[in-house]
Amino acid sequence: MTTQQVEGVSAQVGAGPESKSGEAGFITTKLNALLDWGRKNSLWPMPFGTACCAIEMMATLSSRYDLARFGAEVIRFSPRQSDLMIVSGRISIKMMPVLIEIYNQMPEPKWCISMGACASSGGVFDTYTLIQGVDQFIPVDVYIPGCPPRPESLIDAVMLIQQKIARNQRQTKLYDRTRHPLDFEPVALVSNAAEAPATLTGSRHSLPPKDVRTVAEKDEA
Amino acid sequence: MGIDFKALQETVKQRFGEQVLAWSEFRGQYGLHVKSGRIVEVLRFLRDDPATKFVMLTDVTCVDGLKLPETMEQGFPERFAVVYHLYSLEHNDRLRVKAFVPEDPCEIDSAAGLWAAANWGEREVFDLFGINFRGHPDLRRILMPANYEGHPLRKDYPLKGRGERDNFPKYTEIPEA
Ligand code: SF4
Repeated sequence: MTTQQVEGVSAQVGAGPESKSGEAGFITTKLNALLDWGRKNSLWPMPFGTACCAIEMMATLSSRYDLARFGAEVIRFSPRQSDLMIVSGRISIKMMPVLIEIYNQMPEPKWCISMGACASSGGVFDTYTLIQGVDQFIPVDVYIPGCPPRPESLIDAVMLIQQKIARNQRQTKLYDRTRHPLDFEPVALVSNAAEAPATLTGSRHSLPPKDVRTVAEKDEA
Repeated sequence: MGIDFKALQETVKQRFGEQVLAWSEFRGQYGLHVKSGRIVEVLRFLRDDPATKFVMLTDVTCVDGLKLPETMEQGFPERFAVVYHLYSLEHNDRLRVKAFVPEDPCEIDSAAGLWAAANWGEREVFDLFGINFRGHPDLRRILMPANYEGHPLRKDYPLKGRGERDNFPKYTEIPEA
Protein backbone atom coordinates (compact mmCIF):
# COMPACT_ATOMS: atom_id res chain seq x y z
CA MET A 1 0.00 0.00 0.00
CA THR A 2 1.26 3.42 -0.83
CA THR A 3 0.32 6.47 1.10
CA GLN A 4 -0.35 9.79 -0.50
CA GLN A 5 -0.37 13.28 0.82
CA VAL A 6 -3.56 14.94 -0.40
CA GLU A 7 -3.97 18.41 0.91
CA GLY A 8 -2.63 17.44 4.25
CA VAL A 9 -4.83 14.37 4.62
CA SER A 10 -3.22 11.01 4.75
CA ALA A 11 -5.14 8.41 2.84
CA GLN A 12 -4.49 4.95 1.58
CA VAL A 13 -5.24 4.24 -2.01
CA GLY A 14 -7.75 1.42 -2.04
CA ALA A 15 -8.90 1.99 1.50
CA GLY A 16 -12.46 2.32 0.34
CA PRO A 17 -14.85 5.22 -0.07
CA GLU A 18 -14.60 6.08 3.58
CA SER A 19 -11.14 7.44 3.08
CA LYS A 20 -12.76 10.47 1.43
CA SER A 21 -9.61 11.33 -0.34
CA GLY A 22 -11.35 12.09 -3.55
CA GLU A 23 -9.37 9.30 -5.09
CA ALA A 24 -10.95 6.23 -6.57
CA GLY A 25 -11.53 3.50 -4.01
CA PHE A 26 -13.08 0.08 -4.12
CA ILE A 27 -15.09 -2.30 -2.08
CA THR A 28 -15.32 -6.03 -2.51
CA THR A 29 -18.47 -8.10 -2.43
CA LYS A 30 -20.11 -11.06 -4.05
CA LEU A 31 -22.08 -10.39 -7.19
CA ASN A 32 -25.11 -12.15 -5.76
CA ALA A 33 -25.00 -10.06 -2.65
CA LEU A 34 -24.81 -6.92 -4.72
CA LEU A 35 -27.78 -7.97 -6.83
CA ASP A 36 -29.78 -8.85 -3.74
CA TRP A 37 -28.89 -5.53 -2.20
CA GLY A 38 -30.24 -3.83 -5.27
CA ARG A 39 -33.39 -5.92 -5.42
CA LYS A 40 -34.08 -5.50 -1.75
CA ASN A 41 -34.00 -1.74 -1.96
CA SER A 42 -35.96 -1.32 -5.15
CA LEU A 43 -38.95 -3.64 -4.86
CA TRP A 44 -41.53 -2.74 -7.44
CA PRO A 45 -44.93 -3.87 -6.20
CA MET A 46 -47.71 -5.15 -8.40
CA PRO A 47 -50.86 -4.14 -6.53
CA PHE A 48 -53.62 -6.69 -6.82
CA GLY A 49 -56.19 -4.74 -4.84
CA THR A 50 -59.63 -6.25 -5.11
CA ALA A 51 -61.31 -5.04 -1.93
CA CYS A 52 -61.08 -2.94 1.21
CA CYS A 53 -57.52 -4.02 2.01
CA ALA A 54 -56.42 -2.13 -1.08
CA ILE A 55 -57.42 1.10 0.66
CA GLU A 56 -54.89 0.40 3.39
CA MET A 57 -52.34 -0.45 0.75
CA MET A 58 -52.93 2.92 -0.90
CA ALA A 59 -52.57 4.61 2.47
CA THR A 60 -49.27 2.82 2.95
CA LEU A 61 -48.05 4.12 -0.37
CA SER A 62 -49.12 7.68 0.22
CA SER A 63 -47.14 10.32 2.00
CA ARG A 64 -48.14 9.61 5.58
CA TYR A 65 -46.72 6.09 5.72
CA ASP A 66 -44.49 6.57 2.71
CA LEU A 67 -43.40 3.21 1.41
CA ALA A 68 -40.80 5.13 -0.60
CA ARG A 69 -38.60 4.98 2.48
CA PHE A 70 -38.18 1.30 1.70
CA GLY A 71 -37.66 1.80 -1.97
CA ALA A 72 -40.99 0.19 -2.81
CA GLU A 73 -43.07 3.12 -3.91
CA VAL A 74 -42.90 2.46 -7.63
CA ILE A 75 -46.27 0.79 -8.07
CA ARG A 76 -46.30 -0.99 -11.40
CA PHE A 77 -49.57 -1.83 -13.03
CA SER A 78 -47.73 -3.94 -15.54
CA PRO A 79 -46.68 -7.31 -14.19
CA ARG A 80 -43.74 -7.32 -16.57
CA GLN A 81 -42.09 -4.57 -14.60
CA SER A 82 -42.79 -5.66 -11.06
CA ASP A 83 -41.33 -8.19 -8.67
CA LEU A 84 -43.55 -8.02 -5.61
CA MET A 85 -47.16 -9.15 -5.83
CA ILE A 86 -49.36 -7.69 -3.11
CA VAL A 87 -52.67 -9.56 -3.04
CA SER A 88 -54.90 -7.27 -1.04
CA GLY A 89 -58.51 -8.26 -0.94
CA ARG A 90 -60.97 -11.02 -1.58
CA ILE A 91 -60.29 -13.28 -4.54
CA SER A 92 -63.24 -15.03 -6.09
CA ILE A 93 -63.05 -18.15 -8.19
CA LYS A 94 -63.62 -15.99 -11.25
CA MET A 95 -60.70 -13.73 -10.31
CA MET A 96 -58.23 -16.44 -9.39
CA PRO A 97 -57.28 -17.43 -12.97
CA VAL A 98 -56.60 -13.74 -13.64
CA LEU A 99 -54.39 -13.53 -10.56
CA ILE A 100 -52.49 -16.65 -11.59
CA GLU A 101 -51.99 -15.33 -15.08
CA ILE A 102 -50.70 -11.98 -13.87
CA TYR A 103 -48.48 -13.73 -11.38
CA ASN A 104 -47.03 -15.91 -14.10
CA GLN A 105 -46.30 -12.84 -16.18
CA MET A 106 -44.09 -11.32 -13.53
CA PRO A 107 -40.41 -11.90 -14.27
CA GLU A 108 -38.19 -13.81 -11.87
CA PRO A 109 -37.23 -13.33 -9.16
CA LYS A 110 -40.53 -12.42 -7.57
CA TRP A 111 -42.15 -12.41 -4.20
CA CYS A 112 -45.70 -12.33 -2.96
CA ILE A 113 -47.47 -10.80 0.02
CA SER A 114 -50.91 -12.06 0.96
CA MET A 115 -52.45 -9.08 2.68
CA GLY A 116 -55.35 -9.44 5.07
CA ALA A 117 -57.59 -12.18 6.31
CA CYS A 118 -59.41 -12.58 3.00
CA ALA A 119 -56.41 -13.11 0.78
CA SER A 120 -54.81 -15.41 3.34
CA SER A 121 -57.76 -17.54 4.34
CA GLY A 122 -61.00 -16.25 2.87
CA GLY A 123 -61.69 -14.28 6.03
CA VAL A 124 -65.30 -14.12 7.07
CA PHE A 125 -66.43 -14.86 3.53
CA ASP A 126 -66.79 -18.60 3.73
CA THR A 127 -69.09 -18.64 0.72
CA TYR A 128 -69.56 -20.61 -2.44
CA THR A 129 -67.56 -18.20 -4.52
CA LEU A 130 -64.53 -17.10 -2.55
CA ILE A 131 -61.06 -18.61 -2.64
CA GLN A 132 -60.11 -19.70 0.87
CA GLY A 133 -56.54 -18.50 0.71
CA VAL A 134 -54.63 -17.56 -2.42
CA ASP A 135 -51.68 -19.67 -1.29
CA GLN A 136 -53.55 -22.68 -2.55
CA PHE A 137 -52.73 -21.50 -6.03
CA ILE A 138 -49.76 -19.16 -5.93
CA PRO A 139 -46.81 -19.28 -3.53
CA VAL A 140 -46.96 -16.70 -0.77
CA ASP A 141 -43.91 -15.42 1.10
CA VAL A 142 -45.47 -13.27 3.79
CA TYR A 143 -48.98 -13.33 5.21
CA ILE A 144 -50.41 -10.28 6.93
CA PRO A 145 -53.16 -10.91 9.46
CA GLY A 146 -55.83 -8.32 10.10
CA CYS A 147 -59.03 -7.00 8.60
CA PRO A 148 -57.75 -4.75 7.26
CA PRO A 149 -54.13 -4.78 8.38
CA ARG A 150 -52.74 -1.43 9.45
CA PRO A 151 -50.26 0.19 7.08
CA GLU A 152 -47.57 -0.59 9.66
CA SER A 153 -48.26 -4.28 9.09
CA LEU A 154 -47.76 -3.89 5.36
CA ILE A 155 -44.52 -2.02 5.98
CA ASP A 156 -43.48 -4.85 8.27
CA ALA A 157 -44.27 -7.36 5.55
CA VAL A 158 -42.22 -5.44 3.01
CA MET A 159 -39.35 -5.38 5.49
CA LEU A 160 -39.68 -9.12 5.99
CA ILE A 161 -39.48 -9.56 2.24
CA GLN A 162 -36.39 -7.39 2.23
CA GLN A 163 -34.82 -9.57 4.89
CA LYS A 164 -35.68 -12.60 2.87
CA ILE A 165 -34.03 -11.13 -0.21
CA ALA A 166 -30.98 -10.11 1.82
CA ARG A 167 -30.63 -13.74 2.89
CA ASN A 168 -30.70 -14.59 -0.80
CA GLN A 169 -33.88 -16.58 -0.34
CA ARG A 170 -36.05 -17.21 -3.31
CA GLN A 171 -39.66 -18.11 -3.63
CA THR A 172 -41.25 -20.89 -1.72
CA LYS A 173 -41.03 -24.15 -3.62
CA LEU A 174 -44.72 -24.08 -4.30
CA TYR A 175 -43.87 -22.21 -7.42
CA ASP A 176 -43.44 -25.49 -9.27
CA ARG A 177 -47.08 -26.07 -8.80
CA THR A 178 -48.15 -23.15 -10.88
CA ARG A 179 -45.45 -23.43 -13.47
CA HIS A 180 -46.39 -26.95 -14.39
CA PRO A 181 -50.09 -26.75 -13.94
CA LEU A 182 -50.95 -29.83 -15.89
CA ASP A 183 -48.57 -32.03 -13.95
CA PHE A 184 -50.17 -31.16 -10.71
CA GLU A 185 -52.68 -33.52 -9.17
CA PRO A 186 -54.25 -31.71 -6.24
CA VAL A 187 -56.20 -34.67 -4.92
CA ALA A 188 -53.23 -36.99 -4.80
CA LEU A 189 -50.95 -34.45 -3.22
CA VAL A 190 -53.08 -33.37 -0.34
CA SER A 191 -54.66 -36.68 0.47
CA ASN A 192 -51.47 -38.27 1.78
CA ALA A 193 -48.95 -35.97 3.38
CA ALA A 194 -46.32 -38.69 3.75
CA GLU A 195 -46.21 -39.31 0.03
CA ALA A 196 -46.30 -35.70 -1.01
CA PRO A 197 -43.23 -34.54 -2.94
CA ALA A 198 -40.53 -32.96 -0.83
CA THR A 199 -41.21 -29.61 -2.39
CA LEU A 200 -44.60 -29.48 -0.78
CA THR A 201 -43.92 -30.88 2.67
CA GLY A 202 -43.72 -28.30 5.34
CA SER A 203 -46.19 -26.07 3.61
CA ARG A 204 -49.76 -26.04 4.64
CA HIS A 205 -50.60 -28.01 1.56
CA SER A 206 -49.43 -31.17 3.21
CA LEU A 207 -52.15 -30.82 5.80
CA PRO A 208 -55.04 -33.27 5.70
CA PRO A 209 -57.26 -32.52 2.74
CA LYS A 210 -60.29 -30.39 2.75
CA ASP A 211 -63.19 -31.87 0.91
CA VAL A 212 -61.78 -32.31 -2.56
CA ARG A 213 -64.55 -34.27 -4.18
CA THR A 214 -65.85 -32.95 -7.44
CA VAL A 215 -69.20 -31.34 -7.67
CA ALA A 216 -70.65 -34.38 -9.34
CA GLU A 217 -69.37 -36.71 -6.64
CA LYS A 218 -70.84 -34.54 -3.95
CA ASP A 219 -74.17 -34.52 -5.62
CA GLU A 220 -74.17 -38.28 -5.68
CA ALA A 221 -73.36 -38.55 -2.01
CA MET B 1 -99.09 14.62 -10.60
CA GLY B 2 -98.64 10.98 -9.80
CA ILE B 3 -100.51 8.01 -11.06
CA ASP B 4 -104.09 7.23 -10.07
CA PHE B 5 -103.49 3.70 -8.90
CA LYS B 6 -107.16 3.09 -8.12
CA ALA B 7 -108.04 3.71 -11.75
CA LEU B 8 -105.05 1.69 -12.87
CA GLN B 9 -106.21 -1.30 -10.84
CA GLU B 10 -109.51 -1.18 -12.69
CA THR B 11 -107.94 -0.94 -16.13
CA VAL B 12 -105.49 -3.72 -15.48
CA LYS B 13 -108.25 -5.91 -14.14
CA GLN B 14 -110.36 -5.29 -17.23
CA ARG B 15 -107.54 -5.92 -19.64
CA PHE B 16 -105.83 -8.85 -18.04
CA GLY B 17 -108.56 -10.33 -15.88
CA GLU B 18 -107.51 -13.64 -14.43
CA GLN B 19 -103.81 -12.83 -14.87
CA VAL B 20 -103.92 -10.46 -11.93
CA LEU B 21 -103.40 -12.19 -8.61
CA ALA B 22 -103.31 -9.26 -6.22
CA TRP B 23 -102.42 -5.65 -5.65
CA SER B 24 -100.33 -4.64 -2.69
CA GLU B 25 -99.92 -1.25 -1.14
CA PHE B 26 -97.48 -0.22 1.54
CA ARG B 27 -96.88 3.42 2.47
CA GLY B 28 -97.72 4.62 -0.99
CA GLN B 29 -95.69 1.96 -2.79
CA TYR B 30 -97.80 -0.19 -5.10
CA GLY B 31 -97.19 -3.71 -6.22
CA LEU B 32 -98.91 -5.72 -8.91
CA HIS B 33 -98.80 -9.50 -8.59
CA VAL B 34 -99.48 -11.39 -11.79
CA LYS B 35 -99.14 -14.81 -13.30
CA SER B 36 -96.18 -15.21 -15.57
CA GLY B 37 -98.13 -16.28 -18.67
CA ARG B 38 -98.76 -12.90 -20.29
CA ILE B 39 -96.08 -10.92 -18.49
CA VAL B 40 -94.77 -9.22 -21.62
CA GLU B 41 -98.23 -7.96 -22.50
CA VAL B 42 -98.71 -6.62 -18.99
CA LEU B 43 -95.37 -4.87 -19.02
CA ARG B 44 -95.93 -3.47 -22.50
CA PHE B 45 -99.26 -2.07 -21.41
CA LEU B 46 -97.70 -0.45 -18.35
CA ARG B 47 -94.94 1.02 -20.45
CA ASP B 48 -97.07 2.39 -23.27
CA ASP B 49 -100.34 3.40 -21.62
CA PRO B 50 -100.47 7.21 -21.41
CA ALA B 51 -101.88 6.98 -17.89
CA THR B 52 -98.82 5.15 -16.60
CA LYS B 53 -95.87 5.55 -18.99
CA PHE B 54 -93.48 3.36 -17.02
CA VAL B 55 -90.74 3.94 -19.55
CA MET B 56 -87.88 3.06 -17.25
CA LEU B 57 -87.03 -0.35 -15.91
CA THR B 58 -84.85 0.26 -12.86
CA ASP B 59 -84.29 -3.34 -11.84
CA VAL B 60 -85.11 -6.95 -12.53
CA THR B 61 -84.62 -9.28 -9.62
CA CYS B 62 -86.04 -12.44 -8.17
CA VAL B 63 -87.28 -13.93 -4.92
CA ASP B 64 -87.05 -17.58 -4.00
CA GLY B 65 -90.07 -18.48 -1.90
CA LEU B 66 -88.85 -21.90 -0.86
CA LYS B 67 -90.02 -22.89 2.63
CA LEU B 68 -91.61 -19.59 3.45
CA PRO B 69 -93.31 -19.39 6.84
CA GLU B 70 -96.98 -20.27 6.63
CA THR B 71 -98.12 -16.72 7.18
CA MET B 72 -96.35 -15.63 4.02
CA GLU B 73 -97.12 -18.62 1.83
CA GLN B 74 -100.48 -17.11 0.93
CA GLY B 75 -98.92 -14.42 -1.21
CA PHE B 76 -96.59 -16.85 -2.91
CA PRO B 77 -98.50 -19.15 -5.25
CA GLU B 78 -95.33 -20.40 -6.97
CA ARG B 79 -91.79 -20.93 -5.86
CA PHE B 80 -90.15 -17.97 -7.62
CA ALA B 81 -91.23 -14.40 -8.12
CA VAL B 82 -89.48 -12.37 -10.81
CA VAL B 83 -89.71 -8.75 -9.74
CA TYR B 84 -89.70 -5.80 -12.12
CA HIS B 85 -89.20 -2.33 -10.72
CA LEU B 86 -90.74 0.25 -13.00
CA TYR B 87 -90.43 4.00 -12.95
CA SER B 88 -92.49 6.54 -14.78
CA LEU B 89 -90.49 9.61 -15.63
CA GLU B 90 -93.58 11.46 -16.71
CA HIS B 91 -95.63 10.85 -13.59
CA ASN B 92 -92.73 10.47 -11.17
CA ASP B 93 -94.16 7.28 -9.74
CA ARG B 94 -93.03 3.73 -9.28
CA LEU B 95 -94.58 0.30 -9.52
CA ARG B 96 -93.35 -3.12 -8.54
CA VAL B 97 -94.54 -5.98 -10.71
CA LYS B 98 -94.15 -9.51 -9.40
CA ALA B 99 -94.58 -12.42 -11.78
CA PHE B 100 -94.73 -15.85 -10.19
CA VAL B 101 -92.76 -18.62 -11.84
CA PRO B 102 -93.08 -22.27 -10.92
CA GLU B 103 -90.09 -24.46 -10.23
CA ASP B 104 -90.80 -26.60 -13.25
CA PRO B 105 -90.82 -25.35 -15.96
CA CYS B 106 -88.76 -22.50 -14.61
CA GLU B 107 -89.52 -20.18 -17.49
CA ILE B 108 -90.86 -16.75 -18.21
CA ASP B 109 -90.93 -14.53 -21.28
CA SER B 110 -88.10 -12.06 -21.59
CA ALA B 111 -88.72 -8.34 -21.29
CA ALA B 112 -85.52 -7.54 -23.14
CA GLY B 113 -87.58 -6.52 -26.15
CA LEU B 114 -89.32 -3.82 -24.12
CA TRP B 115 -86.41 -2.34 -22.21
CA ALA B 116 -82.76 -2.77 -23.15
CA ALA B 117 -82.08 -2.60 -19.43
CA ALA B 118 -83.78 -5.95 -18.96
CA ASN B 119 -81.03 -7.71 -20.86
CA TRP B 120 -78.39 -7.78 -18.15
CA GLY B 121 -80.89 -7.85 -15.31
CA GLU B 122 -82.41 -11.01 -16.66
CA ARG B 123 -79.01 -12.51 -17.22
CA GLU B 124 -78.27 -11.93 -13.56
CA VAL B 125 -81.54 -13.56 -12.50
CA PHE B 126 -80.75 -16.46 -14.79
CA ASP B 127 -77.26 -16.75 -13.37
CA LEU B 128 -78.19 -16.68 -9.71
CA PHE B 129 -81.70 -18.16 -9.68
CA GLY B 130 -81.78 -20.26 -12.80
CA ILE B 131 -84.89 -18.70 -14.32
CA ASN B 132 -84.96 -19.24 -18.07
CA PHE B 133 -86.07 -16.19 -20.00
CA ARG B 134 -87.73 -17.24 -23.23
CA GLY B 135 -86.68 -15.09 -26.17
CA HIS B 136 -83.78 -13.47 -24.39
CA PRO B 137 -81.18 -12.43 -27.00
CA ASP B 138 -78.13 -13.53 -25.03
CA LEU B 139 -78.88 -15.67 -22.01
CA ARG B 140 -75.43 -16.34 -20.55
CA ARG B 141 -74.09 -16.17 -17.03
CA ILE B 142 -73.07 -12.67 -16.08
CA LEU B 143 -71.53 -12.89 -12.59
CA MET B 144 -70.40 -16.44 -12.02
CA PRO B 145 -67.75 -18.10 -14.21
CA ALA B 146 -69.14 -19.63 -17.37
CA ASN B 147 -68.38 -23.17 -16.23
CA TYR B 148 -70.08 -22.73 -12.87
CA GLU B 149 -72.68 -25.31 -11.97
CA GLY B 150 -75.86 -24.43 -10.17
CA HIS B 151 -77.57 -21.21 -9.19
CA PRO B 152 -76.18 -20.00 -5.89
CA LEU B 153 -78.91 -17.66 -4.71
CA ARG B 154 -81.53 -20.38 -4.68
CA LYS B 155 -82.52 -21.20 -1.14
CA ASP B 156 -81.66 -24.87 -1.54
CA TYR B 157 -78.10 -24.04 -2.56
CA PRO B 158 -75.64 -24.76 0.28
CA LEU B 159 -74.12 -21.69 1.89
CA LYS B 160 -70.55 -22.79 1.35
CA GLY B 161 -71.10 -24.07 -2.13
CA ARG B 162 -70.65 -27.54 -3.50
CA GLY B 163 -66.90 -27.58 -3.90
CA GLU B 164 -66.63 -25.06 -6.74
CA ARG B 165 -63.95 -23.03 -5.03
CA ASP B 166 -61.81 -26.13 -4.50
CA ASN B 167 -62.43 -27.83 -7.78
CA PHE B 168 -62.71 -25.18 -10.43
CA PRO B 169 -60.36 -25.88 -13.34
CA LYS B 170 -57.70 -23.46 -12.27
CA TYR B 171 -54.55 -25.10 -13.50
CA THR B 172 -55.60 -25.83 -17.01
CA GLU B 173 -56.24 -22.18 -17.69
CA ILE B 174 -52.63 -21.11 -17.24
CA PRO B 175 -50.60 -20.80 -20.41
CA GLU B 176 -47.34 -22.68 -20.33
CA ALA B 177 -44.61 -20.33 -19.07
S1 SF4 C 1 -59.39 -8.77 5.16
FE1 SF4 C 1 -60.98 -7.32 5.75
S2 SF4 C 1 -60.28 -5.37 4.92
FE2 SF4 C 1 -59.14 -6.99 3.84
S3 SF4 C 1 -60.32 -7.44 2.01
FE3 SF4 C 1 -61.01 -8.85 3.61
S4 SF4 C 1 -62.79 -7.82 4.52
FE4 SF4 C 1 -61.64 -6.28 3.39
